[in-house]
Amino acid sequence: MKDKAKMNDMSVPRQRRTEDGLGSNSDIGAKLRAFYGAVEDQPIPDKFLDLLEKLDQAERAGRQKDQ
Amino acid sequence: MHEGPTFKRDLLATLPSLRAFAVSLSGRHDKADDLVQDTMMKAWAKQDSFQMGTNIKAWLFTILRNEFYSQMRKRGREVQDTDGAFTERLSVHPSQYGVLDMADFRKALDTLPPDQREAIVLIGASGFSYEEAAEICNCAVGTMKSRVSRARTRLQESLGIAGEADYGPDAVSAQVTTQSAS
Repeated sequence: MKDKAKMNDMSVPRQRRTEDGLGSNSDIGAKLRAFYGAVEDQPIPDKFLDLLEKLDQAERAGRQKDQ
Repeated sequence: MHEGPTFKRDLLATLPSLRAFAVSLSGRHDKADDLVQDTMMKAWAKQDSFQMGTNIKAWLFTILRNEFYSQMRKRGREVQDTDGAFTERLSVHPSQYGVLDMADFRKALDTLPPDQREAIVLIGASGFSYEEAAEICNCAVGTMKSRVSRARTRLQESLGIAGEADYGPDAVSAQVTTQSAS
């Protein structure tokens, strides 16, 4: 039960932020998120998408061979 | 592996954050992208060991982090190009804080010991709980807390800014008053 609660709060903004000094009023927290967000906001490079496609295709081909 | 499409979709959805974590660890975009690619291949090969319904983001971050440290050990310590590649790229993506400010922050972040740097990034930006971050870094929750706290203090010192307590409404209005007076 406890574990489940821990898992579910993954994407929910947590109130505890104030306690670690990285909350919305914190300059360090804001700068950290700005830096991180600047990378996150960049489009996913094509090479990653290509790689994912290749991995997927290789797996499908492998599975067909097995059958 | 009938869960294939879900795994692929979840991996894709985690890529932006995974990439940001990789940049935080390695300090460079080109190396970070290599790291992400290696992580994708590792994760794909290991997908059978991933338990559906558990936290895939934490799982992927763990793989990336392990990959980063094992590559570091193999290559030996390399000098990080803090001022070069990354800062240059960064200027293309100015934030609300301005390019210079961000470059200063990036430099300050890079001066932190790796364990403190990853700790403050995982907690302050990636959105993990202390428990999750401790698991990713294979350390105790208490250790994670003290790393974050030390990282925050060091960053505040090196950037010469005050902690959260000083940033209430009063501090803001005081700043405005000072600025308009000058």
